[in-house]
Amino acid sequence: MLHLVESWWAQNALVIGGFTLVFLLLRAGARNERWQRAWDRLKVDRAGLIALGVVCLYLFIGALEALQLPSSSGASRSVLDLFVGHIPVEKTYSAPLAKTLLSESKPDPLRGTHLLGTDALGKDVFVQTLKACRTALVIGGLTSAIYIPLGAVLGILAGYFRRRTDDLTTYVYSTLASIPEILLLAAIITTSPWGKGLGTMSFALGITGWVGLCRLIRGETMRQAERPYIAAARAIGQSHARIVTRHLLPNVMHLVLINFVLGFSGVVLAEAILSYLGVGSPVGTPSWGVMIDSGRSELSRDPLVWWNLTSATAALFGLVLSLNLLGDSLRRAFDPRRG
Amino acid sequence: MLSYIVRRCIYAIPVLLGVMLITFLLFNVLQKPETAAAINLGPKATKIAREQWVKARGLDQPLTVQFGRHLKKLATLQFEPSWRTGRDIRETFLQGAGPSLLITVPGFFCGLIASIGLALYQVFVRNSLMDRSITLLSVALMSVPAMVFIIFGQAVIALSLNYFPAFGYDWRGWETAKFLVLPVMIMVVTNLGYDTRLYRAIFLEEINQDYVRTALAKGVSSARMLSVHVFKNGLIALITLTVSRLPALIMGSLLIENFFGIPGLGNVLFMAIQTSDQPVVLASVYLGSLLYVASLILTDIAYALADPRIRLS
Repeated sequence: MLHLVESWWAQNALVIGGFTLVFLLLRAGARNERWQRAWDRLKVDRAGLIALGVVCLYLFIGALEALQLPSSSGASRSVLDLFVGHIPVEKTYSAPLAKTLLSESKPDPLRGTHLLGTDALGKDVFVQTLKACRTALVIGGLTSAIYIPLGAVLGILAGYFRRRTDDLTTYVYSTLASIPEILLLAAIITTSPWGKGLGTMSFALGITGWVGLCRLIRGETMRQAERPYIAAARAIGQSHARIVTRHLLPNVMHLVLINFVLGFSGVVLAEAILSYLGVGSPVGTPSWGVMIDSGRSELSRDPLVWWNLTSATAALFGLVLSLNLLGDSLRRAFDPRRG
Repeated sequence: MLSYIVRRCIYAIPVLLGVMLITFLLFNVLQKPETAAAINLGPKATKIAREQWVKARGLDQPLTVQFGRHLKKLATLQFEPSWRTGRDIRETFLQGAGPSLLITVPGFFCGLIASIGLALYQVFVRNSLMDRSITLLSVALMSVPAMVFIIFGQAVIALSLNYFPAFGYDWRGWETAKFLVLPVMIMVVTNLGYDTRLYRAIFLEEINQDYVRTALAKGVSSARMLSVHVFKNGLIALITLTVSRLPALIMGSLLIENFFGIPGLGNVLFMAIQTSDQPVVLASVYLGSLLYVASLILTDIAYALADPRIRLS
């Protein structure tokens, strides 16, 4: 099973499948009148458009790194490696744009120039920062693929059918919500039979993440279900299944979109913190969390190594800030009265 | 009132049972006993040693028997001693709560004052450039992982400028404060962005109410209207948000305590998570939710006291 997921074509299929799914959902949403009005408002929101552009750039870089090329030697090469593969690996640290290694006893000349210097293993920090986009993309994508269907479906069912379904859903999520989030994450990851890794982390984040979305969708569904169009649909004899999928789902989907964008930023931040706790990305994965973690000891070195920490923080900050701003813009666009 | 409190406590029982079930599923069903033995005894342990360990703990018995024991263990707070240190967990928790509270309580109240002040100011100058800048700043603060604030604070304020000690904790009465100032400041900054935005939304909701228009019409100044009328009414919504955060203060702050070497509960948990010390993780999950449920009851009571419209029956 694990072997299958690791093969290059399965990874590519997952990446392409994920992007296609998001594209299809957005296209389906675009038929909704409310979404069209929101898009018209977003088009004149300059901050929102810039944020959208930045997020797309990150996704593009992440996708380039996630797409693997077949290779005869067995070592995996990503599309991104085509552009940055020629940058040589040094022996150890070197400062940004320096000519020699960062070593007072043996300052050997470098084999190439490095825009943001190199890390302890001599890898180019700029390339590592770019490659970390893939980790963010994978974690964000997998986690969303778990918590969004779970939260949206349970929220709609609880809000529409009320009674037992609602009681049970509310009970499950209030129980989950009563456990401090970081402890629940740690408990899930430490006891997970699959060991630590990106998949386990996404699973844990997905299990803890659906509660907020479910609560939101349940509330909105209850509000929608009392409106005349649902009563009309019932009166002309439409089935429950049709009402849920054709009437309720399109009318709460915008909340899912906003939650997806804001949730993505939360997941990227959580990855950094979990990696620092030692239950996140495995060592060796290019990830901003791992880079920030190693930055802690590098700051007490002499001479100071600041570029690893700074690059990772800046890249992470750029993505999370853009996602947060985009989420706010979307919220304003969909609900101009309350924004 | 008493019957209300009793009723609320009875409602809490199913939630706690649910937590017991979730922890049982995680620690005893999802995780194979063999894996637990391997984590506890280390990679070098022989197969026989691992089997003996599983047998000694009764992890080979039927799941129903194990679940009964798990329920009893949690309900009576009889936790297994820590795998790493062998110490009694209740003792560890009692010792660690003090240092944790020394940081989180001042941090919580300073943060509350700072973010409420900022939020009220934002509502006062709403829709101005200043309001938008503070909102942008809040979003920016939310977008930085907590460790970066800590690493920066430690490297620049403590190590380079030498204003405060960068590491350590020592109980010497008032002198202890110098170890606490920097962690408390970092805690305030870490939460400032999120809280300010939240409170701004609450106060903004209040300011559109009819009573505000009435107050302004009869000549109340806008400063007084904000600091008395809006603040008091916003407080009701604020109580629900803040009281439920109080129990988390006992648990401390994982990252801050670890970075600054403060021997609180956060640090204990940090080490437990890093070394897969499962009894400590299990105990803190359960105690954490116990405290959370207790705080929800407190919130409801506080809410009922603050808002006379809420009936207890």
